[in-house]
Amino acid sequence: MTVLEQPGAYRPAPAPAWQPRTDPVPLLPDSEPYRLLGTGADLDPGLLRTLYAHLVRGRRYNRQATALTRQGRLAVYPSSTGQEACEVAAALVLRERDWLFPSYRDTLAAVARGMDPAEALGLLRGDWHTGYDPHRHRVAPLSTPLATHLPHAVGLAHAARLKGDDVVALAMVGDGGTSEGDFHEALNFAAVWRTPTVFLVQNNGFAISVPLAKQTAAPSLAHKAVGYGIPGRLVDGNDAAAVHRVLAEAVERARRGEGPTLVEAVTYRIDAHTNADDATRYRGDDEVGEWLEHDPVALLERELAERGLFDDATRDGAHEEAEEMASLLRDAMNEDPVLDPMDLFGHVYAEKTTQLGEQAAQLRAELDAENDDQDGNGGNGGDGGHAGNIAGGER
Amino acid sequence: MTTATTGRSADRADGKKQAGSGAARKPATMAQALNRAMRDAMAEDPSVHVLGEDVGTLGGVFRITDGLTAEFGEDRCTDTPLAEAGILGAAVGMAMYGLRPVVEMQFDAFAYPAFEQLLSHVAKMRNRTRGALPLPITIRVPYGGGIGGVEHHSDSSEAYYMATPGLHVVTPATVADAYGMLRAAIASDDPVVFLEPKRLYWSKADWSPEEPEEVAPIGRAAVRRAGTSATLVTYGPSVPVCLEAAEAAREEGWDLEVVDLRSLVPFDDETVCESVRRTGRAVVVHESSGFGGPGGEIAARITERCFHHLEAPVLRVAGFDIPYPPPMLERHHLPGVDRVLDAVARLQWESEWTERPEAFGATGRGGR
Repeated sequence: MTVLEQPGAYRPAPAPAWQPRTDPVPLLPDSEPYRLLGTGADLDPGLLRTLYAHLVRGRRYNRQATALTRQGRLAVYPSSTGQEACEVAAALVLRERDWLFPSYRDTLAAVARGMDPAEALGLLRGDWHTGYDPHRHRVAPLSTPLATHLPHAVGLAHAARLKGDDVVALAMVGDGGTSEGDFHEALNFAAVWRTPTVFLVQNNGFAISVPLAKQTAAPSLAHKAVGYGIPGRLVDGNDAAAVHRVLAEAVERARRGEGPTLVEAVTYRIDAHTNADDATRYRGDDEVGEWLEHDPVALLERELAERGLFDDATRDGAHEEAEEMASLLRDAMNEDPVLDPMDLFGHVYAEKTTQLGEQAAQLRAELDAENDDQDGNGGNGGDGGHAGNIAGGER
Repeated sequence: MTTATTGRSADRADGKKQAGSGAARKPATMAQALNRAMRDAMAEDPSVHVLGEDVGTLGGVFRITDGLTAEFGEDRCTDTPLAEAGILGAAVGMAMYGLRPVVEMQFDAFAYPAFEQLLSHVAKMRNRTRGALPLPITIRVPYGGGIGGVEHHSDSSEAYYMATPGLHVVTPATVADAYGMLRAAIASDDPVVFLEPKRLYWSKADWSPEEPEEVAPIGRAAVRRAGTSATLVTYGPSVPVCLEAAEAAREEGWDLEVVDLRSLVPFDDETVCESVRRTGRAVVVHESSGFGGPGGEIAARITERCFHHLEAPVLRVAGFDIPYPPPMLERHHLPGVDRVLDAVARLQWESEWTERPEAFGATGRGGR
């Protein structure tokens, strides 16, 4: 008999019963990215054609916007070339009343949702910060501070649910953004509140120059979901049909009131971070070449061809429509925007403060003096030059 | 020698009881008035939602949200996970969908994780969307020292907020203002950082929750004590200090005016300058550190607008330029009555000796 077995000996009370709050196993992502193209899966031909038209249009949009940076018509453009399947699917899985929360690389998703291609580029053109009314297409402002828009998507979805509205918010972020604190806080809030939110991480391999290996030690980004008690899904981000299905399932799950989902789409940023970046400093052509072999547009073309759906009408129709979009975009962007410097003071507060009123008056006087100078010098009356783009009246 | 005139009784900020104007009025604390403001706003407007850490069952660590969850349910007054960026970020999304969130940051220094949301989104959303997405969010922040708080519990963080265009920054110093200004903040279509002076939470005044008196709108300062010798420009927790200093100054022959700014942004140049032009001298008093603090901006504004009326440089009495001290040393840091009076004594009163020598006695100190 040991001391502890003697009658009256001290025994520590057993700890209160513990069990996991959630069974983690169903939350785990697949062991490899989910794919549909090339698997012989049952797929809707209409959806495949729609996705194809959008991908071709999206590829053309990226090319056109990049060209506009070289012509000085855009200040900067973070291209989503190679990631079009994610951009397009994210927009197509949403209903009209749902909300999209894009990051700065997701202009294409806003366009795929129906926004005017030129209007979507306001931020990157530089004539204002958000060039569109977010309410019109229910697209939040493109967010440049990484992951900071994710809590907004959670809050909006939460508010909609409190009001009894059937609204899902889908938020987009990159692999680098998953390291930010706001990513963590957003997922945690969404999980605790069970908000109808879908988080789409486009893992395109790089945060500007930093590869994923320096970003995380997680088995996959999708695995992070388990820590929040929500399902993580891993999908091939270049397989448009697969991304569409996984996101659609997540959206429907959210709509049913079953809470948020984290989706990691594995893809690749074919272009540099932006036109101002030099990708040759941090990655080799071999790697890019491998991913070009797994191009989202080519994958879908191959699938359509194998199913006998890739006829001339499908291909030519998609390309003609894309060229038309590009032409309209060029025309729109080649027009100088009409700028009113007095706008700088118009939207800071609901009503201008006294101080902003004084500062507006100062700028107004400076502009008037500039105009007087031009008139006095026999100026061109606002025809051409920078001053020509400046509207006269205070708004 | 002019006699000091006190401000309206209901505006007393020094916690001393004044003769009540109505039989139904009882002493109420600032904490009660803040609580009542949220309760009334929630009852009046179903889009008002309160969220924060411990605001639900507990009623907040200062009990400012006491009873709101019981009355309105967890969907209206919600305990959140412990993450300030998440709280404010979620509030942004809620406001985008038409709600009117009132966010509680538990303590001044615990609001810092929410800075990116505040600076990059809350302050800018209206502007970056040309007015399409206004964010009517009230961010309540208990601030300031004097409560014996250990590290990270006593910061005066107003300068950070003031330096951010797009925010309103207000702070009440009276019970009536606590109610009236919080109602105004919640009703505002702009984001308002609502700084609550912790050490005034339990200050009392005759105030009726059934008949809360009208207060001046956000953006207006209030003259809490009329005077003629010099103007003390102050706000929040330093208002009672300045009122006490003004009483003590009578012994020295100074009749000090005390201006309670109430609203740091928008700033009421008109009231401040009207006072300083009349008195010819000004001291700015606040707990926040002096260097880069609100006092520098205020002194510059006064100097730019009142230069020819000034008999002396605008002086500042501020917290030292040090991290907030441990509680056993904080009394040396906080601007007190003596430090305020020392500053007043340095307001170049010599100019009066030469202009009106007959008005001054042998001590050389005197008022107007």
